Amino acid sequence: MKHLTTPLTKDKLKGLKAGETVLLSGTIYTARDRAHQRLADLIQKQKKLPLDIKDITIYYCGPNIKKGKLGSCGPTTASRMDPFTEIMFQHGVTAVIGKGNRSPELTKVFKDQGTVFFVTHAGCAAYLRDKVKSFKVIAFPELGTEAIHAFEVRDFPLVVGIDTQGNDIYQRIYG
Amino acid sequence: MNFEEKIIRSVIKANTILRSDVRTLLTKAVQEEKNKKIVQALKIILENADIAEKTGYAICQDTGLPIIFLKAGKDISVDQALMKKIFQAVSEGYQQGGFRASTIDRKGKLKFNPEIFHIAFSSGKGLEITVFPKGFGSENKSRLKMFNPTAAQEEIDEFIVQAVKDAGPSACPPFIVGVGIGGTADTSLLLAKQALLGDISKTSKDNTISLWEKRLLNKINKLKIGPMGLGGRHTCLAVKIKDHPTHIAGLPVGVNISCHALRSASVRFSKEELSKAVSLKS
Repeated sequence: MKHLTTPLTKDKLKGLKAGETVLLSGTIYTARDRAHQRLADLIQKQKKLPLDIKDITIYYCGPNIKKGKLGSCGPTTASRMDPFTEIMFQHGVTAVIGKGNRSPELTKVFKDQGTVFFVTHAGCAAYLRDKVKSFKVIAFPELGTEAIHAFEVRDFPLVVGIDTQGNDIYQRIYG
Repeated sequence: MNFEEKIIRSVIKANTILRSDVRTLLTKAVQEEKNKKIVQALKIILENADIAEKTGYAICQDTGLPIIFLKAGKDISVDQALMKKIFQAVSEGYQQGGFRASTIDRKGKLKFNPEIFHIAFSSGKGLEITVFPKGFGSENKSRLKMFNPTAAQEEIDEFIVQAVKDAGPSACPPFIVGVGIGGTADTSLLLAKQALLGDISKTSKDNTISLWEKRLLNKINKLKIGPMGLGGRHTCLAVKIKDHPTHIAGLPVGVNISCHALRSASVRFSKEELSKAVSLKS
């Protein structure tokens, strides 16, 4: 089992193979539907982003937070972020974590960009909570659970869903 | 424990304690599965349920829209004042549990509870309140088709199986599939959702329905999607069908898929408990 640390620069992603298990440590950034929409909008308007997205790993997640304490935080459906994925990769993001299959056309983007899609245990939000050691709100606090949070993680379990060669573990289901 | 506290406890239970019938079928799946990776994925689902029960963290961070189902007995009247108290208690439960405000309005305002409820009548006494947190990974994969009244069963089966294939790994298999047949378009979808509230580990009493459920289960499991889309024998743990009379010109079929984190909890109140609850000023 491979242990990887952030930042997941493209050289670290090159050797990964679809279906392989990885344990990730370091910083990942939560962002889902509305945060992606905001970031894409800022990029298109050539405005400054609220964080540096060069070589970051995005975790598609809307966590439970109660009185400043982190609760359950499992992955959300990745395919909803399909429309924003290419622009995020073009501007620095190198890896994304979520659940479920992505549109078949998107695998070409991962190959062209040398980026990776990881999946993790869907619906196992209390189990994954334990892998997050601390968190901080980074941007868009008014979005509540959809804000961008920095999660410090240790041994966060991942499976390579789409690798840098464009191999997709869900190809066998959807052809 | 008063009315409000009982509802709060039920809401917290729904989100942190996996239903025993779901646990039974997941445990059975672990025993039946051969592939080590798939067994591991299923075991983590069960481990997650244990952690949630112990820590009070939600089983899934998508604590969903808490849909409220009421079953009113012969001695019960449900009015606006009572519904208001129920809605408030459900929101309070989400607040106390530290669960997610996943409800959003057109203006972007977030809250816990969209105040969606359904009421039915029972032949007994008292009021049963069921809270069903429905997550949207699965809800987004709902399907409806208005069949001809003469549609063959195979056609309907094909539609249901395709709905599950389209749901895929995104909706967190292994699934529990609810199917509603009859009524109007919206009724069939509601029936499909209600089908998920019963004991999924028990065979339906109606023989025709139970045979159909078994056949659908086998057809769906031939998809070999499995937990995390890893494959194997358990794409679906159970199929439950609910039907209702419909128009002679149609056959609405609704499909409501639940992820493996099928969550709901019920609490019952007597007429006396309810009158005490409503008479107190909110």
